[in-house]
Amino acid sequence: MSKITSFADLKKKRETLTSGLDIKTKTSHPEKSVLVKVAMATCGIASGAKAVMEFFSEQLERRNVAAVVSQTGCMGYCYAEPTIEVRLPGQDPVVFGFVDLKRADQIIEKYIKTGELVDGIIPVNYQSIDLKE
Amino acid sequence: MSKYSKHLLVCGGTSCHDSESDAIVCNLRDEIEAKGLLDTVQIIRTGCFGFCGKGPIVKIMPDNTIYVQVKPEDAQAIVEEHVIKGKKVTRLLYKDPVTAEPVSEPNKMDFYRKQLRIVLRNCGNIDPEKIDEYIAHDGYQALGKVLTEMTPEEVIKEVKDSGQRGRGGAGFSTGIKWELAHKNKSDEKYVVCNADEGDPGAFMDRSVLEGDPHSVLEAMAICGYSIGASNGLIYIRAEYPLAIERLKIAINQAREYGLLGKNILGTGFDFDIILRYGAGAFVCGEETALIHSMEGLRGEPTVKPPFPAESGYRGKPTNVNNVETFAAIPAIILKGAKWFSSIGTEKSKGTKVFALAGKINNVGLIEVPMGTTLREVIFEIGGGIRNGKKFKGIQTGGPSGGCLSEKHLDTPIDFDNLIAAGSIMGSGAMIVLDEDDCMVSMAKFFLEFTVEESCGKCAPCRIGNKRLHELLGQICEGKGTLKDLDRLKNMSLVIKDTALCGLGQTSPNPVLSMLDNYYEEYVAHVTEKKCPAGQCKSLLEYIINDENCVGCTACARVCPVNAITGERKEVHLINPSICIKCGACMEKCKFDAIYIS
Repeated sequence: MSKITSFADLKKKRETLTSGLDIKTKTSHPEKSVLVKVAMATCGIASGAKAVMEFFSEQLERRNVAAVVSQTGCMGYCYAEPTIEVRLPGQDPVVFGFVDLKRADQIIEKYIKTGELVDGIIPVNYQSIDLKE
Repeated sequence: MSKYSKHLLVCGGTSCHDSESDAIVCNLRDEIEAKGLLDTVQIIRTGCFGFCGKGPIVKIMPDNTIYVQVKPEDAQAIVEEHVIKGKKVTRLLYKDPVTAEPVSEPNKMDFYRKQLRIVLRNCGNIDPEKIDEYIAHDGYQALGKVLTEMTPEEVIKEVKDSGQRGRGGAGFSTGIKWELAHKNKSDEKYVVCNADEGDPGAFMDRSVLEGDPHSVLEAMAICGYSIGASNGLIYIRAEYPLAIERLKIAINQAREYGLLGKNILGTGFDFDIILRYGAGAFVCGEETALIHSMEGLRGEPTVKPPFPAESGYRGKPTNVNNVETFAAIPAIILKGAKWFSSIGTEKSKGTKVFALAGKINNVGLIEVPMGTTLREVIFEIGGGIRNGKKFKGIQTGGPSGGCLSEKHLDTPIDFDNLIAAGSIMGSGAMIVLDEDDCMVSMAKFFLEFTVEESCGKCAPCRIGNKRLHELLGQICEGKGTLKDLDRLKNMSLVIKDTALCGLGQTSPNPVLSMLDNYYEEYVAHVTEKKCPAGQCKSLLEYIINDENCVGCTACARVCPVNAITGERKEVHLINPSICIKCGACMEKCKFDAIYIS
């Protein structure tokens, strides 16, 4: 990594990153890939999030779905761990709770492949701030 | 693509479930089938919408329409009007409380989203191990702005004007704290982050550090610039291994980018951060004890003054802030003091993160604007009490706080209101209690914690709390008297007034607030020798009901102390002098013949 040596440099870095952030640059067709985030705080991991994340990474590739799987922190829904967020290209993200391997499989086969919703959706019940003035 | 063109999302949260969401799903399905739409419309049960007061909720996707207080008989209207004709069913829309206009889209329903995430803005959204994601979400922009466009005095003024108060629990003005450290002249100063989260049931700081470690690093550097420090330390308990791991990764990444270290962003400002591990002593969350622990001394508090701002780590001016306090700083700098102070109540600005635990449906990590009521937190966001039980109380502020009852439910949460109600804000642990919790046992439980965690330096805390705990134990065993209740209160007040540090000064809070709010329950323990919640074992008696007992002998066989006698096919009897009240017989009985008196 090269150093960021000025505020202007940092701003530039942000611009380059935002244009490529959502797709995490792993695939050649960013606009077409599915984004899966797994809540991997201590509580999530304790209830099995690691296995779920591995399952998604492995199975999405094996089933030929262009997707990026990444870890994130606590989503706040402790009662429904493990929790994941799935964003299909061009759609609003959907959060699923109680994701064991069986439900993970359903999510891939139904929601990710056909857009059909499956049980365990957690409605987002918060607003988050945007730091841009 | 999906074969379904419409999804009907029906809230399956416990509280909506109780109000007929099953019947709604059933009727919707019948309607859809009758109209031959099974192939194009799908019905899905979801988790709680956090809007239980207006439940059951039905949301139609992709139209993004929310219907409230839906009844099973409304299924026909929803399918015929909305699904088939595409017309909204106005009578089922939420009416804006001010304008009485119907609102359908959730993003126009501010009231519905009671949570506002400032501190948790990146938690659960970015990958905490990738600095690039933090930067893409405006990370380190506040540091850049501060270093290039603001003087230290201006930064301090901004933080002061924001009205931010310490989120560790005491609620001291963050800006004034920074100003004091800034004004004290010294060749070296320190910025310390207090990540020694110790309240039982608290996990706010851990979640922030695990989900967004860079926000804390950035804020510490901003603080360093403001007070004139070039070294930062994070005091974190060793029992948070994942948070430590992610902090280490974050610090290394920030150093590689030159966002920590020498000459940050070419401005000549130097700042670096190291980690210090705590062994998990509760008292080390108190800032003077924390500093001693970092110096390699015993984790014991000392009398203030001198305050750390004057003489802290290694005798130098030191500013200690909590994780959550720091995490809000970048947002305050970028969005401004005016914005931050527009959120919250008159004297408590911004938002507060709470760890919601206990007998509540949606156990979770939440962030709400100051001024949100306990009722909204428990019955909307929290989805109400588990198993349809009755709400009894909520312990805020951990073992240093108090237990608030039904009459406090509509109190807007802020630092001063909670103190006025007999509790404290504390770090943000909230433990919800239901009708099955005994308030004497609860006070004893919290005291057990403080007795264990007392460092032993001052007598009121070391001896006083021990005696309080013994008294509570006697009351639980039915050996207390009315006089003991006065004794409890007097001793609590003396400990509060005379203990050396925050731990001792606040440890009697649960006792005092519970005595205050649940006095009859304490009286029942000492006069009638009864525990109304049925928790204090010594006060219970297991009895076999003659009418239901069929003499199957199952209870007698499971009793570990042979306290149950009786012939086969004859009514059995429990000998109370032998019974140890383990409850095994009651669990085993298939005929509901055993009850507790």
